[in-house]
Amino acid sequence: MEFFQAIFNMSAASFAQHMVNGISLGSLYAMIAIGYTMVYGILLMINFAHGDIVMMACYFAFFGITVFQIPWYLTFVGVIIATALLGVVIERTAYRPLRDAPKNSVLISAIGASFLLENLANYLFSGRPLRFPNIELLSQNIAIAGVQVQAISLVIPVVTMLCLVVLLHIVNHTKIGMSMRAVSKDYEIARVMGINIDNVISITFAIGSILAAIGAIMWGIRYPGITPLLGVMPGLKCFIAAVIGGIGNIKGAVLGGFILGLGEILIVAFFPQLSGYRDAFAFIVLIIILFYKPTGLLGEKTTEKV
Amino acid sequence: MANKKNLILTILLLIACFALAWYVNFETDSYIRRVVNLCMVYAIIGLSMNLTNGFTGQFSLGQAGFMAIGAYVVGIFTVPVALRPAVFYAAPMNPLIADIYMPLWLALIVGGLLAALVAFLIGTPVLRLRGDYLAVATLGFSEIIRIVITNAQTITNGALGIKDIPPLNDVRYIFVFTAVIFIFITALINSSYGRAFKAIREDEIAAEAMGIDLFKHKCLAFMISAFFAGIGGGLYGALLGTVDPKNFLFTLTYNFLLIIVLGGMGSITGSMIGAVLVTAGLEFLRVFDEPLDLFGMAIPLFRPGFRMVIFSVLLMVLVLFWRHGIMGTREFTWDKFIAFCKNPFGFFGRKGARKA
Amino acid sequence: MTILRTDGITMRFGGVVAVNNLQIEINEHEIVALIGPNGAGKTTAFNMITGVYTPTSGNVIYTDAAGNDVQITGNKPSTIAKLGIARTFQNIRLFKELSVYENVMIAKHLHLKSDFMSAALHLPHYNAEQRQAEAEVEELLKKVNLWDLREEKAFSLPYGQQRHLEIVRALATKPRLLLLDEPAAGMNPKETDELTEFISQIRDEYNLTIFMIEHHMDLVMGISDRIYVLDFGQTIASGTPLEIQNNERVIAAYLGVEEDA
Repeated sequence: MEFFQAIFNMSAASFAQHMVNGISLGSLYAMIAIGYTMVYGILLMINFAHGDIVMMACYFAFFGITVFQIPWYLTFVGVIIATALLGVVIERTAYRPLRDAPKNSVLISAIGASFLLENLANYLFSGRPLRFPNIELLSQNIAIAGVQVQAISLVIPVVTMLCLVVLLHIVNHTKIGMSMRAVSKDYEIARVMGINIDNVISITFAIGSILAAIGAIMWGIRYPGITPLLGVMPGLKCFIAAVIGGIGNIKGAVLGGFILGLGEILIVAFFPQLSGYRDAFAFIVLIIILFYKPTGLLGEKTTEKV
Repeated sequence: MANKKNLILTILLLIACFALAWYVNFETDSYIRRVVNLCMVYAIIGLSMNLTNGFTGQFSLGQAGFMAIGAYVVGIFTVPVALRPAVFYAAPMNPLIADIYMPLWLALIVGGLLAALVAFLIGTPVLRLRGDYLAVATLGFSEIIRIVITNAQTITNGALGIKDIPPLNDVRYIFVFTAVIFIFITALINSSYGRAFKAIREDEIAAEAMGIDLFKHKCLAFMISAFFAGIGGGLYGALLGTVDPKNFLFTLTYNFLLIIVLGGMGSITGSMIGAVLVTAGLEFLRVFDEPLDLFGMAIPLFRPGFRMVIFSVLLMVLVLFWRHGIMGTREFTWDKFIAFCKNPFGFFGRKGARKA
Repeated sequence: MTILRTDGITMRFGGVVAVNNLQIEINEHEIVALIGPNGAGKTTAFNMITGVYTPTSGNVIYTDAAGNDVQITGNKPSTIAKLGIARTFQNIRLFKELSVYENVMIAKHLHLKSDFMSAALHLPHYNAEQRQAEAEVEELLKKVNLWDLREEKAFSLPYGQQRHLEIVRALATKPRLLLLDEPAAGMNPKETDELTEFISQIRDEYNLTIFMIEHHMDLVMGISDRIYVLDFGQTIASGTPLEIQNNERVIAAYLGVEEDA
C-alpha cells in the first residue's frame, strides 16, 4: 500500500531523475562486473583485487590531473594504460604462481592482493578523502525536458554500451576472443591445443582492468570522493551482479549490473527511510537468485563429473 | 582417546599456564597485560575461524560480523544502567532493553548464542555455495551486520558507539575462557564430528556418499564458529572498553586469516602459535608507523600506514611460498614433544616423504 | 525379495541422453553386474541410484530391511547412505590427507546417535558408541591387511590397497546394498582373483547385496548371478553369465560386427 502511494506521490520529473541515476549507476556496475565475470570464466576464481583496481585508477587520475597538472584527456589515457598494467602485474605475481595450488590458496592470495592495494593506497595517499578532479565539460548540468542532468550521467551509459559492443566483437569475432572462449570452456584442452594460456589470461586481466579504469574515471566524475576503501562495496556488489547475470557471461554481467544499479536507486527513491540499508539490496538479490536460479539469469547449467 | 599420561601432562601444562597468567596479571605493566590479553582473544577468534575454514574447508570471511554481535551484546548489557542515558545521548536507548543489566560472563554467552543464531540464518542460504562464492557472501553479510548496527540507533547507539563498558583487564579471567574454548574445540575436532568436518574438507562427494549430511554439518561448524567468535568479540569489546561499528570492518577478519594461514589451516596448536606471533608481530610492527631517525636522518618510509603494508605483504608472501604455515595440519602432541626433547636434532630429519 | 529396482529411469544432460529408460531389478544377496563399453552410462546409472544425480524421469525404489518400499529418487546421497546403500567410486575418492583409520572411522559417523555436545564432552554414551565403532573398524581393517598401516595417510598407499580401503570404508557404513564402481580397475590377474574371492566373502559374511560395474570379464563372469549390459545408455541384454556370453548383440557391442569379406 505504502509502495503504491510512494510511486503516485512522485512527480514525473523526479522519477526521470531517479531513472537517469539508476541507469548511470547500473552502467558503472556493469563496467566493473565484466572484469569479474571474465576472470571467473577463465580461472574460476574471484579477483578480489578488482574493486581495488578501480580505486587505484581513481587515485592515478587524481595524481595525473590535480597533482601533475596533465590535461585530463591525456591523463585518462595514461590511467587506462597504468591500470591495465597493474591488473597484469597482479595476475603475474599473485595468481599465476598458484595456478596449480588448491583453490583456497588462490582465494587467500586474492584477498592478500586486495588488502595490499588498500593498505598501499592508505599509506601512499593517506586515508583522508581526496576529491576527484573536476572536469567542467562532463560535470556541468544540462537541462533536458525540465530535468537537470549532469552531462556525465548521459555519457556513462553511452560509453558503457560502446565498450560492450567493442568487447563482444573482440570476444566473438577475433582470434584472441576465440582463444579466450576456448580457455574458459576447457582450460586443459585449450592448452593441449596449443593456445598460449599465459597470454590469454594476461589479456583477459588487461581487458578487465581497462574497463575498470574507464569505469573508475566515470565513477570519479560522478561520485568525487576518493578513499582507499572506495572499491570494496562496489567490488562486492559487482561480483554479485556478475553472479546474478550468470558468472562467466559478459552480457549477464551487464544485465546484473543494471538490475543492481537501478534497483538500488529506485528502492532508496521510493523508501527513503531505507537509505541506510541500500548496500544490503545487492545481497538480498543474491540470496534470491541463488535460491531460484543459482546459475544466474543468463548462465548455463554445468554438472560436475563424479 | 586421551590416555592417562597425556591427560596428566596437559593438566600440568594448564596449571602452569594459569600460574603464568596470574603472574602476568599482577607483576607486569599494563601494556604487557594488554598485549597478552589481546593474544588470547585473537587466539579464540582464530580458532573459531580455523574451525570453518581450516577443518571444514568452508571459506568464511564473516568473523568480524560475528565478533561485532558479541561485542555489542556486551556493550549494550554490561554498561551500568545509570550510565546509559549519558552514552545514548543522541537517541535514548530502546526502553525494552534499557534496564536490563547482565554480568560480563552472561553477556558473553548471550552474545555467542546470538551470533550462532545469526550464523544459522545466514548459513541456510549461503552454505549451499561453493568455495569462493561463500567467501564473498560471508564478507558481505559481515558488512551488513555492521550496517545494521550503524543504523539501529536506539539499540546500538549507531555510529556513535557505546562507551563506558566496564573494562576487563584480568589476565586470569581471559585465560580461563581461552583454555576452556581451546579444550572444547580440540575435543570436538578429535570426535566423530571433527572427522566428519575433515571429511567434508577433503572430499564433499565422498563424505556425502558415506552418509554425512553436508548442509547439517557445515551449518553446525559455522554456528559453533560463530558462537566462539561472538564470545571472542565480547571479550574484545570488554578489553577495549568501547565498541564502535568502525572497529568491526571486514578488514579485521584479515587479521585472523593471517593467524590461521601462518599457524596452519587445520591445526589447533598452529592457530595458538599464529595468534601469539601475529599479535606480538602487530605490536612490534607499530615501530614502522613512527618516523624513524637513523644517524640523525629521518627515513621517509616510516609513517602511519606502513605497518599494515608490511602486514599485507607478509600475508601474500606466506600464501605464495609457505601456504601450509608453521604446523600445516599437524598438531602438537606430548609424544612428539618428548621425542623432541630426547633428540632435538634427529627430530626433524624423519624418514618418509611428507607431501609439501 | 527385491532390494532395489528402477522403473525406467532416464538421464538427460541438455540434449544428450546419457541413460535411457533403465529398468533393473536387484534381489537380496545377489551379485549383479553392470557391464558395457566405455561411455555407456554405467556410472551415470550408479549416480542416479545413489542420489548424485536426480533422474530426468523415472523412479528408483529401494526396499528396506522391514520390507517397505521407499522412493529414493533424487534423495540426497547422505539420506540414501543412511538407508543402507553404500558405494565406491570409479576414480578412487578416499580422504587423501586423512589416515587410513580416519577414513574408515568417518564411515561410522552416520550411525552416531550422540549429538555434537556429547561428542565434544566425551560423555559416557558417546564413548560407548565410539568403542563399538572402533572395534568394528579394527575388524574391517584387519580383513584387508591394513590394520598395521592405519596411521598412514590414504594417498600414500599403493593403488591396490587404496581400492581395498575404499571398499572397506563403504562396508563400515553397514550397508545392505553395496555398489562397486570398477573395483578391479588397474589390478593384475592375481589381484583380480583375490578381489573376486574377497567380494564373495563379504557378500556372505555381511549379508550383502552387490551391484557392480566392471570391465574385467573374469571377475564378472566368475562371480555374478546376473548381468545387465548397457550400450549408449540403453539396456541391450540381461541374464545369467552364460546367456550374456552367447548374446550376439553383446558381442557386437564389445567386439564390433564382422565385416562382410
